[in-house]
Amino acid sequence: MGVTLDEPQNYITTKLRQAVNWGRKYSLWPMPFGTACCAIEFMGVVSSFTDISRFGAELVRFSPRQSDLLIVAGTISYKQAPILKLVYEQMAEPKWVIAMGVCASSGGFYNNYGTVQGIDTLIPTDMYVAGCPPTPENLLHALVQLQEQIDREGIEAVKEKRRVPSSA
Amino acid sequence: MSRRALEHIASEIGADVVETSDELGDASVTVRPSALHRTLEFCRDDPRLRCDLLLDVIGVDYPDRAERFDVIYSMRSLSTGERVRVKTRVADGEPVSTASDLWNSANWAEREVYDLYGVPFSDHPDLRRILTHHEFKGHALRKDYPIEKGQMCYVPEKLLTDEEIRFGPQLYGRTMDRSDAVVEEEEISSDYLTVNLGPSHPATHGALRIEALLDGETIIHSKSEIGYLHRCFEKESEDHTWQQIIPYTDRLNYVSALTNNVGYVLAVEKMMAIEVPERCQTIRVLVAELGRIMDHLVCVGTNLVDIGALTNFWYFFNAREHLYTVVERMCGERLTTSYTRIGGLYRDLYEGFEDELRHSLGKVEEAIGEVTALVQRNRIFMDRAVGIGAISQEDAINWGWTGPCLRATGVDYDVRKASPYGGYETYDFDIPVGENGDVYDRVLCRIEEMYQSIGIVNQAMDRLKPGPIFSEDRRVTMPPKDEVYNSIEGMMNHFKLVFEGIQVPAGEGYGFSEGANGELGFFIVSDGSGNPYRIKVRPPCFPIFSSFTELVKGHMVSDAIATLGGLNIIAGELDR
Ligand code: SF4
Repeated sequence: MGVTLDEPQNYITTKLRQAVNWGRKYSLWPMPFGTACCAIEFMGVVSSFTDISRFGAELVRFSPRQSDLLIVAGTISYKQAPILKLVYEQMAEPKWVIAMGVCASSGGFYNNYGTVQGIDTLIPTDMYVAGCPPTPENLLHALVQLQEQIDREGIEAVKEKRRVPSSA
Repeated sequence: MSRRALEHIASEIGADVVETSDELGDASVTVRPSALHRTLEFCRDDPRLRCDLLLDVIGVDYPDRAERFDVIYSMRSLSTGERVRVKTRVADGEPVSTASDLWNSANWAEREVYDLYGVPFSDHPDLRRILTHHEFKGHALRKDYPIEKGQMCYVPEKLLTDEEIRFGPQLYGRTMDRSDAVVEEEEISSDYLTVNLGPSHPATHGALRIEALLDGETIIHSKSEIGYLHRCFEKESEDHTWQQIIPYTDRLNYVSALTNNVGYVLAVEKMMAIEVPERCQTIRVLVAELGRIMDHLVCVGTNLVDIGALTNFWYFFNAREHLYTVVERMCGERLTTSYTRIGGLYRDLYEGFEDELRHSLGKVEEAIGEVTALVQRNRIFMDRAVGIGAISQEDAINWGWTGPCLRATGVDYDVRKASPYGGYETYDFDIPVGENGDVYDRVLCRIEEMYQSIGIVNQAMDRLKPGPIFSEDRRVTMPPKDEVYNSIEGMMNHFKLVFEGIQVPAGEGYGFSEGANGELGFFIVSDGSGNPYRIKVRPPCFPIFSSFTELVKGHMVSDAIATLGGLNIIAGELDR
């Protein structure tokens, strides 16, 4: 084949961290944890009008074992809470979490006996997306910001364990 | 009509009748707890009443009363059109005899009353909590339960008992022929596989959970669980003013928020006897039908994805995006619209609305045409859908089904025709019905309904004439600004509406409309203050989903998925 490694023009030099992060940030495999209205808007994000594949994150997996980005789209009730934790724990490192919509971020306008007041009381969260539901553009913005964040991160195989709030 | 129904009941039940009323045209009768079962059975079987559809079981809490709880059975007859509510009053802890032997739909509805109010039902086959989790203490809808008191759940509930798993073959029989298998009897139980679906599963489209016992790939026995999206609509509504509840109604069936908005304000306006201007009525019909189209687009699209036909989903979702554009310009939101107000609408349509809508509807029709061409005679689709998840008319009614799922069995019950509201009687449209009540019929019924809805929207657009969109009734509508500034009455009126909110006269009533999934009802109790005393939603998919385990018994897992998609279970409405 054409590429021989002895030719000097066939090398590029880069930092290992950058090369790895470049791969990671452009091939996020999201797992939508869709429970409510926001999940319908998530369908809008993946369908062809706004098309999440432009950002390299279109490979939606429904198994936590195969994905590295958990998008929590919708209200989390106390009944659902242990399941969300379980799903998060099943994901392999490195992994990131986006809270899509105000319900996932803070409970939103449901402040009552059934609704968890924000998923960050259960699992570590990287991005919060405002809106009820957020527009597709809003979610894409969060995705781009997450990619920037990934770019700045280290490449240790297992990310430094962030402390899960003790109330959970 | 309701007078006569009350007379029939009174003459049959006699001295056990405590009270009767026919407020707002619905017959309502209060009986002693001991006579409840007898009364219900009479209402169901008497040829003059024939209340074959049990819509809902409702609890209401009056903490100051010795007989603290009202338990209300709300029924409708499909043949006579009669609506009857039977009510009984019980003290805390006093059991009510179950009606689940009369209607299957009573099973889950009574569980809900038990869960949220703690009213026990004697002889109920499966009295467990349903909306709150199994570690929950107390009963959330009692007036003395604080709204913000959340309780953590640490371990997900097990649905199938050890007993059921271990003795599955003996309990439920076997489906596969094992005559040539060389296994000892004791070992057979290990042949049964327990599979858990949900509550985070792509095919459940939201938060439902099903645990099934499988023999090979056949479902022998299953149990379903809901409540994973219980956002306490009913508790929240007791905590808000009447207008503030409208945003919460968006999030019931969030796929067709517009239709819910309309349903809720109609129910409140019925309680207050408010007439809205003609333009407002026409716009409401128009947006309610838009909501129905948007709902069916998602439902049919996702149902087809579950069967493996992904392309159709893209076609439908693009069509939906076209409608989103119009809806967003109309009210500022794509999904959660909050477009109606009690007595009117949030705002009038924008300029150029009709042209844009006609363009979008053209795109929708195109998409429907394409999808129909792809699936209607498609061999794979037919193999997956014909005869799957079928239900008979009698069973469907007994389980409390309404809406497109019921119509797919051939029953032509549609609230828009059976008890027209908001001017539907003046529109020209048909009610599509199926024959077999299977997945195939449900899909085709919904597709045809979309065409009918497009027809209604077009008729509504032709009728739109300029005019006011708010009722003149000062109990609900703000006075014009110059009245507020220049007259004391105007200022008082404005002040009271802002600070105290709308005051619905004391009483109770049931307002209902045809939601995207079936009869969407709001049972309202008002004590005359600015907040509702009780609002009970009658969500169409709650009774439908309660029959799911029966529907899939003996079917393959993949058929269960196809069935579930066709029922259009929306968790927001199911769990409220
Ligand atoms: S943030 Fe709003 S749209 Fe999203 S799940 Fe919550 S209520 Fe629904």
